[in-house]
This record gives sequence, structure tokens and C-alpha cells, in this order.
Amino acid sequence: MVVKLGVPSKGRLMEKTFEWFAQAGVTLSRAGAEREYSGVVEGIDGLELVLLSASEIPRELAAGRIHLGVTGSDLVRDKLAAWDSKVMEIAPMGFGHADLIIAVPKAWVDVDTLDDLDAAAAAFRARHGFRLRIATKYHHLVREFLKTNGVADYQLVDSQGATEGTVKNLTAEAIADITSTGETLRANHLKILNCEPVHKSQATLFKSRTAAWSDDTRATMVALKEMLGMGD
Amino acid sequence: MPRTDIPKAAVRAEAARLKSGFEAKGAHPVEMDILLPAEVLLDLYGEDIRARAYMTTDPDRGEMMLRPDFTVPVVQTHMSDGAEPARYTYAGEVFRKQEVMPERANEYVQVGYEVFDGANPADADAEVFAAFSDALAGYDLRAATGDIGILVAAVHGLKTTERRRSALLRHIWRPRRFRALMTRFSEGGTDLRQHSLERVTANLAEAEAPFIGLRTQSEIDARILALREDANEPPISEAEIELLDDILSLKETVPHVLSALRDIVVDMPAISDAVTRLSRRADAMAARGVDVETLEFEASYGRTSMEYYDGFVFGFYAEGRPDLPPVATGGRYDALTAVLGQGRSIPAVGGVMRPGLMLALKGDA
Repeated sequence: MVVKLGVPSKGRLMEKTFEWFAQAGVTLSRAGAEREYSGVVEGIDGLELVLLSASEIPRELAAGRIHLGVTGSDLVRDKLAAWDSKVMEIAPMGFGHADLIIAVPKAWVDVDTLDDLDAAAAAFRARHGFRLRIATKYHHLVREFLKTNGVADYQLVDSQGATEGTVKNLTAEAIADITSTGETLRANHLKILNCEPVHKSQATLFKSRTAAWSDDTRATMVALKEMLGMGD
Repeated sequence: MPRTDIPKAAVRAEAARLKSGFEAKGAHPVEMDILLPAEVLLDLYGEDIRARAYMTTDPDRGEMMLRPDFTVPVVQTHMSDGAEPARYTYAGEVFRKQEVMPERANEYVQVGYEVFDGANPADADAEVFAAFSDALAGYDLRAATGDIGILVAAVHGLKTTERRRSALLRHIWRPRRFRALMTRFSEGGTDLRQHSLERVTANLAEAEAPFIGLRTQSEIDARILALREDANEPPISEAEIELLDDILSLKETVPHVLSALRDIVVDMPAISDAVTRLSRRADAMAARGVDVETLEFEASYGRTSMEYYDGFVFGFYAEGRPDLPPVATGGRYDALTAVLGQGRSIPAVGGVMRPGLMLALKGDA
């Protein structure tokens, strides 16, 4: 048996992940042609590279089909119910930083905080007859956050892309989305609420709590952890 | 652990037995749809229900929900064609996602008893509680009771603006936000309120951003005016804040709570009627054989999980098993009938119990 490591199959996240492992002497690369989704591992025995869409990695970890996986901490928390019973964080990797934030129109001079948002939502519902809409694709994280902070009279509407445009298009009054620089928000006349982000995300190496382990894979894991400077 | 291998047939048989017990007390048996239109439930409970209920879509009827509880459909049925007084009982599955505690059942049977009878609310409360207490006798359960009506009356009686009172009432069921609002409106919140206004004034002075979205200039202006008025409004007095705190922290047996509340009434006459209701309920319960002397009462009970219960609330818990959900819960929900009744409202009280859990606990003993 081998230890299966799931890594995002393309883009900056894949490259940065390869660099991060390379620093520890584990060389990951794609096999053969540019479009082929299989990987090569050098520098350690018993580790297999599985290239996957970043958004599928949480599910694969939870199902135990991969032992290790690299993905954003936001995706794990949003997609897995009781995430910490299914996966554990081994190492934050120091890249892919992004904050999940709530933003409202800049013209809302009266709204800067969650208190303000809650008060505005109450008045909005009374005036318009429906709950203030927040567009997002991070339903679970945003709902938990607003519940913890006691915000009421809002509803989440699903937005899988171009979320910053939903307010102008009248399909939402506010948004919750990932941002790293805030430029898209400013360009769309939105401002970030002045509170802790819903979640501060970064690329993270996760270990599945449900995958099957054998003596072989345990030995590989010990060797890998030592190379990563995380010997127990 | 309680047994989780109780056959469904056994749970169904136990449910039927409990239901016929309620029928023997005069309840009319009703059947409700499993697949419900989502709109009413979403409007009532908001986003929270999405985290708890299974949603699906019908090509013609739009969003539908697997029945997360019976209360709403039973109230709707009663409001549309029920005569009063009425007593209903039902048994059937409810479906709840368990995001936080995946080990809990996401499909289980509830048996319920609901009383729509405005003649003597204190006695109707007692009737429902006693019916549950009887059905659950023989299990090692702890009964918890409370009364949201006392807190509501206390907030109504605060000597402050209508706006502040409604803000507090709106968040009765969200203790953390309620606490934050209490702070904001108190002496200690004066700076905070002033600061809010200054922040908004500073925003106004900045370069104008274009108006986007449905929320209009007039809504923003109205909120600014509200902030301005609130900053100039005197705080809620320390004395009143202390009384609210005293009420919120009450947790004792019913007789002790009643005696403490009667002391508070001297300084806060607004809760007088609510305290009288509690006292009448206690008498009615005693008359129905409930041991009121040792019955626990907690003024904050039911604030986190039971929105729309607005009076008497109760729950039965397996002793020493904090990992288990309550075996039974219930309460008064006059406000719910007002929301669903489109202008009409009916005094209503009821509760549900879980035969599956009861059988599991019996197997444990």
C-alpha cells in the first residue's frame, strides 16, 4: 500500500505546493504531457501523487480515498460537516492566503460593523418584505459566522462566480466572498465590513482521519514527517 | 450508549401507543405531509432552517422541504379549518441535518400533542406538561421549565424608547446579541453609541460612492436618523439593567423563583401579569399532580433553540446523558399562530416526544 497525496491539479496552488514539498526534498511533478493528470514522486518511497480539483480534495479526504491532501482551509471547513472529525491539519503551508469577508455597498455609510448589518437587515426586511440577501458560495461558513454573531433577518443566495456583481445586478444586497487584495470589491463599489474575517484561509496540508493505514503507509508517513521537519 | 438498533417497527408501535394515549385524553389524530413547501418555513426561521432541514426542488412548486417539525403544518391546518377549542395528536418522521453532531439521528419519529384553547392558558400549559410528564414517567428524566413571557414583559416595561425595546425583543432568542444590545443601551454604552454616530458622520463626509442595489438612500437616511436619536437618548438605567440581569440569571425550583420574581415586581411592575401567569400555571400543575415544589425553573431556558416559543417552555432530558438530545420539548407559541394566521391568532401550546429515544433509554436501564 502507498500513501496517496492529493494536490490541486493546476495553477499557482499546484506550483506552490510542488515548491513547498521540494524544499523538504520531496520532488513532485506531473507525468508526461501537460494535460495528463498523473504525477511522479521522487525523494521518498511509498508516496503517490494524485492530481485533483482543489474543491474535490476535502471530499476525497473525508471519504478516506486519499491519505493526505493540500487544499484551502476554507474549502475543508465549508464543505465538510464536523470537518475536524474527518480530517486533521498537519501544516499550514504559508501561501494561498485569502480572507473570507462580508462586503456591502460603499454607499451604505451607516453600515461598517456586524451590529450595523443586523440593524440594516431588520429595517430592510420590514421595508421590502423579504430578508436581506447575501450572495456567497461559502454557505456553511457564512451561516455559522452570522449565527455566532447573532445577525438575523438575512438570507444566503447562491453565487458560484462574479459574486461582486450581484449587488449591482439586484440579486443580492451584500456579498460574502474570498478576497486577497480587495481590488475587485473596490471596482464594484463595495467595502469590507470592519470585523474579523469569517475565515482566514491558506493552503494547508491535511491528513484524513478515515483513510486505512497499514504498517507500510505508517512508515512512509513517519519518513515524510521527518523530511518536513515535523518528526513526532 | 443508547441502543441505535431499535427496529423501526418497534419505534412505530411505541409511537402509536403514545399517540393513542393522547387520543384517550381527547386529542384528534391528524396526518401531515412529509414534503412541505419551503417558503413559509424559510420565512419563519430564516437561514438557520437551511442548516437543519433537507431541501429539494419541485419543478412546479419550487423549493420543498422534508418536514423538519410538525408544529408549523399543524398550526396552518388548524388556522385554515379548525374549530376551537381543539386538541391534536400526531406521529411521524421528521428530518434534520446534523452538521454539528453527525452521530445524532437525521431521521426520527416524533409524537406530538397540541392544544388550541384560549379559555384558560395557565391550565392548558399545565395540561400539556402533565400529559408529557405522565407519558414519560418511569424514565429517569430531568424536567426543565422556563417562561419566555417573563423576559418579554420585562423588556416591554423598560423605561426607554420603543426602538430600543423592539431591538431587544427581536433578539430575545439570540442571547449574545441581546447582551450586546443591553450593553449598548446602558450607561457603559454611551461612548459606543456616540462613536457609531461619529463614524457614520465621517463616512458621509467622504467622497460619494454610487448607489447600487435595492437598499435606498431613504433607508440609509432613516438609519442615520435613528443612530442620531439613539446617541442623544439617555441610557437605560443601571437599576433596570440589574433587574434584567437578575431575571436572566434566575435558576431555581418554581417556588423559589416565584418568590424572587415577586421581589423584582416591586421595582418592575411591568412583569406583574407574567408572574401572575407563572403562579397560576404552578397552581394548575400542582392540581394535575405535578410535583411543583421540586420542579426546576430557568428564566433563560429555551432562548437559544426555541424561537417562536413565547411563553411557557419545557424539556425532558435523560439524567446524566448530556450527549443525548432532549427526549421531549414543548411550549407555548401564541406568536407563531399570529405570524401564520395573517391577522388572526390563537393561544396555542404543545410539545413533542421521541419514542425511539425512549425505547433506547429503556433498553439501557
